[in-house]
Amino acid sequence: MVWQLDFWLLALLVVTAVVALQVRDLLAAVAVLTAYSFFMALLFAEMGAVDVALTEAALGAGVTGVLFVVAIFVTRRRSKD
Amino acid sequence: MIQKHESIVIQVVARALVPLILLFGVYVIVFGHYGPGGGFQGGVILATGVILHRLCLGRDFSHRTLPPGLAGGAAIAGLLLFGLMGIVPMVFGGAFLDYAHLPLPGYSTVDLRYLGIGIVEVAIGLAVMGASVVIFDSLAGGDSDA
Amino acid sequence: MKFLVFFVLGVFAVLMFYATTSLPDRGDPAAPANVYVSPDYIERSLEDTGTPNLVTAVLADYRGYDTLGETIVIVTAGLACIIILLKRKDYDTKT
Repeated sequence: MVWQLDFWLLALLVVTAVVALQVRDLLAAVAVLTAYSFFMALLFAEMGAVDVALTEAALGAGVTGVLFVVAIFVTRRRSKD
Repeated sequence: MIQKHESIVIQVVARALVPLILLFGVYVIVFGHYGPGGGFQGGVILATGVILHRLCLGRDFSHRTLPPGLAGGAAIAGLLLFGLMGIVPMVFGGAFLDYAHLPLPGYSTVDLRYLGIGIVEVAIGLAVMGASVVIFDSLAGGDSDA
Repeated sequence: MKFLVFFVLGVFAVLMFYATTSLPDRGDPAAPANVYVSPDYIERSLEDTGTPNLVTAVLADYRGYDTLGETIVIVTAGLACIIILLKRKDYDTKT
């Protein structure tokens, strides 16, 4: 457990979360959300929970992003709000 | 949205990558006893390989190679296998999901539980892979022109 | 209005940080989560199941019910997607 690594991973986590909420283009939001999941997986791996990290990397950074992209393409692209 | 991708590079890379991803998924499922991994993660990785095949090589070709009915069948088969692993020990005098009472002569209790964990991981992997691919197919398969 | 939102959020953050001070440390052997059944699993899982990975042994063997429920939830999600989305050709979603 290295606190510098923890600190920067958590900071990147907060930054990606805020960017994913603020960005207008939904496709870009999905990409940033995938990056968020990947940083989450890195954080889990750094804390020693390797199984959880593998699940997060496979599910959050893999399948969820693809499903979101497909859902965006079968609906409209731009956000209304 | 799912036609064959026009770039030959992406097609070739996808063709080369899909078997490796599927093999890695099987490895993660089977290696769950000794390292990080297990049925859930391995099933998701298998589904990722199938989805990459669907996205890059076009729906017609991909549905001929890996039929979508097979994914639903895999999901149901995985769930039934898990349920069977729960019920069979109950018939032979154990509790529900008590792998030590599986009717296999010649195995010790530890070996039976080891084997039971392996079978259950495979069942979870099948169910998760099938469910993920079915969700993707039903999301993307409605209209072909988009 | 905006000031009120930030004020409520600030109060909530202070409350949450105050609550974290009374949580046990990470990896503390005297924490309530590490006292009751966890030492038993850690000691016995290898000789019980022959599986070196403790997480797999707990997920698939000791807590098999949980995993069964999880699998049922995922397969049900797939079935719901089939039922809801596969009839989508009948009406036009793209306006």
